[in-house]
Amino acid sequence: MTDSVVYSVLLLASLGVIAAIVLYIVSKKFYVYENPLIADVEDILPAANCAGCGSPGCKSFAEKLVNSEDISDLFCPVGGNDVMKSVAELLGKEVTEKDPTVAVLRCQGSCDVRPKTTEFQGPRTCAISSMVYSGETDCQYGCLGDGDCVKVCKFDAMYMDEKTGLPVIITDNCTSCGACVEECPRDIIEMRPKNKRDLKIFVGCLNEDKGGIAKKACAVACIGCSKCEDICPKDAITMENTLAYIDPVLCTLCRKCVPVCPTNSIIETNFPPPKVKKVEKKKEKKPVVKKEEIVEPVKVKTDA
Amino acid sequence: MLKTFPLGGVHPPENKLTAGSKIKVMSVPKAVYIPISQHIGIPSEIIVNKKDKVVIGQIIAKSQGFVSANIHSSVAGTVTKIDKVINSSGYKQQCIVIRTDVKDETNFVKEPFPLKKEIELSSEEILQRVSDFGIVGLGGATFPSHVKLNINKETNIDCLIINGVECEPYLTCDHRLMLERAEEIIVGVEILLKALNLNRAVIGIENNKKDAIANFKKITDNNSKIQIAALKVKYPQGSEKQLVKAILNREVPVGGLPSDVGVVSLNVGTIFAVYEAIQHNKPLTDRVVTVTGKKLENPSNYWVKIGTPIKDLIEEVGGLPKGTRKLINGGPMMGKAIKNTDVPVTKGTSGVLVIDEEEASRGKAENCIRCGECVTVCPMGLEPHLLMSLSERGLFERMGKEDVKTCVECGSCSYVCPSHRPLLDYIRFGKNGVIKLEKAKN
Repeated sequence: MTDSVVYSVLLLASLGVIAAIVLYIVSKKFYVYENPLIADVEDILPAANCAGCGSPGCKSFAEKLVNSEDISDLFCPVGGNDVMKSVAELLGKEVTEKDPTVAVLRCQGSCDVRPKTTEFQGPRTCAISSMVYSGETDCQYGCLGDGDCVKVCKFDAMYMDEKTGLPVIITDNCTSCGACVEECPRDIIEMRPKNKRDLKIFVGCLNEDKGGIAKKACAVACIGCSKCEDICPKDAITMENTLAYIDPVLCTLCRKCVPVCPTNSIIETNFPPPKVKKVEKKKEKKPVVKKEEIVEPVKVKTDA
Repeated sequence: MLKTFPLGGVHPPENKLTAGSKIKVMSVPKAVYIPISQHIGIPSEIIVNKKDKVVIGQIIAKSQGFVSANIHSSVAGTVTKIDKVINSSGYKQQCIVIRTDVKDETNFVKEPFPLKKEIELSSEEILQRVSDFGIVGLGGATFPSHVKLNINKETNIDCLIINGVECEPYLTCDHRLMLERAEEIIVGVEILLKALNLNRAVIGIENNKKDAIANFKKITDNNSKIQIAALKVKYPQGSEKQLVKAILNREVPVGGLPSDVGVVSLNVGTIFAVYEAIQHNKPLTDRVVTVTGKKLENPSNYWVKIGTPIKDLIEEVGGLPKGTRKLINGGPMMGKAIKNTDVPVTKGTSGVLVIDEEEASRGKAENCIRCGECVTVCPMGLEPHLLMSLSERGLFERMGKEDVKTCVECGSCSYVCPSHRPLLDYIRFGKNGVIKLEKAKN
């Protein structure tokens, strides 16, 4: 009885010793040196592994940051300037500050304003729909509404609005990783600078057809009338293929272009209501809880 | 035993409603909308301006490179605008709009050319003319024919295959053409035999067109060069690779062309276009289109000028019947559903199919039950169910290894799937993904 106890203890102990020796030798012999800085940088990074920086994950981005001499081109969109600053302090390298950006949806073709003219019974993904045909509506530029962007968003910053059939971006959650921009086959989502109060003005349409055709397909389409281009004091608006585009750098957010648009296709977000109509408008708009700032499909109300 | 390809295939209901009626000549449209990209390859460049007067057969868009084709005006009239018009995929595309001159008599010539048997042109001249006259594969793929016929000297070609299979249900345009213009087609074959310097041609016809087979056999009775092969009725026999396998028992290698196994294959419609181009100096400006559907008043085949809007065709057969749910450009298996009737007829339009709710709706997609039907019917020996699940997960590299690029997109897998899974949609998507991946690698 005691023999078997002694034997088994001895056997296990000797096995343990042998294993320890082997492991020790292996760990010495095959040791790979890794710069301890990489682990430190990785700790600072947000660990979202979203690939918004261009590297496949945070670890490889950390390696890139540590190993490259000049990191001024590298930027973590999720962490933003704060993270990049602490990385810079740790590594003693220079980083450039970037204005934070946020995704915006450049289509307002909801079910009400952009009627469906056909029905598609195939698989409901934007990638396949756009490959097979031009969408259920007559607009070949607008949102397909199958929600590929929502599926790729890792930060719960998007959801599909059942009523409008369009995705909605929750700006507070958006980390501007750019996954949705890449996924959208129609290039509807754009990254635009997000200033302090998240004020934005942009054209909510990508329809390059001539005015009449565009308007027929969608009531809030840009018809290329150039009224906004004419009124813009800063030349921030350019017209190409009968479609207006507002340059976010040149735009001073003066909002002159918004009321002149005959189809309401210029979207303004988070501005206080215009002064003149203050009294009426407050009643209409304010009850919305301000917390969840959403890029709302601009008021298609009748206050043109 | 009738010949056929060994692997897979399906036999959908034939529904050849228009097989018995003669090809009619379509009334001349008020205006034609001629797209500049009607072929596989680089779109042609427009060489006319607004308000220009054009005549039938005048070049209005010039070929831009080797894999491209000239486009000719199909009517005499005036160019009214160069505009974007919806095409069969629903996207808008550059089109030349020509208003027909109602006073010009050349628009209204109805008599076919008389048969002309003597071939006057030399081999080089024939090939040059096929290229100049914008002839592309009229079976549906619209691959420029001069590219197929341009064979470098090292390749050993010993057989010309003429594709008269028409395995798509409903379509009968090739069938009617073979019945009514058989002699011309045989002259066309002889023209190509001369151009390619060959001694053997085989016309492949499925056995559901017995009249066409008998007709050809009678004409070619004492012609040792041209054989007629009756084939078992099976879809997709009209696919080039399947046809070569069925007739000559030669396997076109993966990623290869029929010329790799010594074969050039062309559709009967293309052969007829070649005949008209060589013997009567007529560029490709019209084609036979089957306008069909079970609910249509009088489905029929028509000689249609390229660029005629499909709505004119529908009007010609008595308007859209009640309860129409889907319009298809092409046959029911490989055709594309179109969004509206403004879509013009192009060189690749072999049919317009009008179908109702019952036939149009797809079943609700359920889970794969691993029955293996799709594997059984795949003519290329692929595993569609596997390819679909790979495509859903975005595993394009693995799809590449599974030879997804050999898929001929015949749709047999989606047709037989008891769970109504959209196999072909996902496989097409995967194919695109694989091609993009390969491009990115290079």
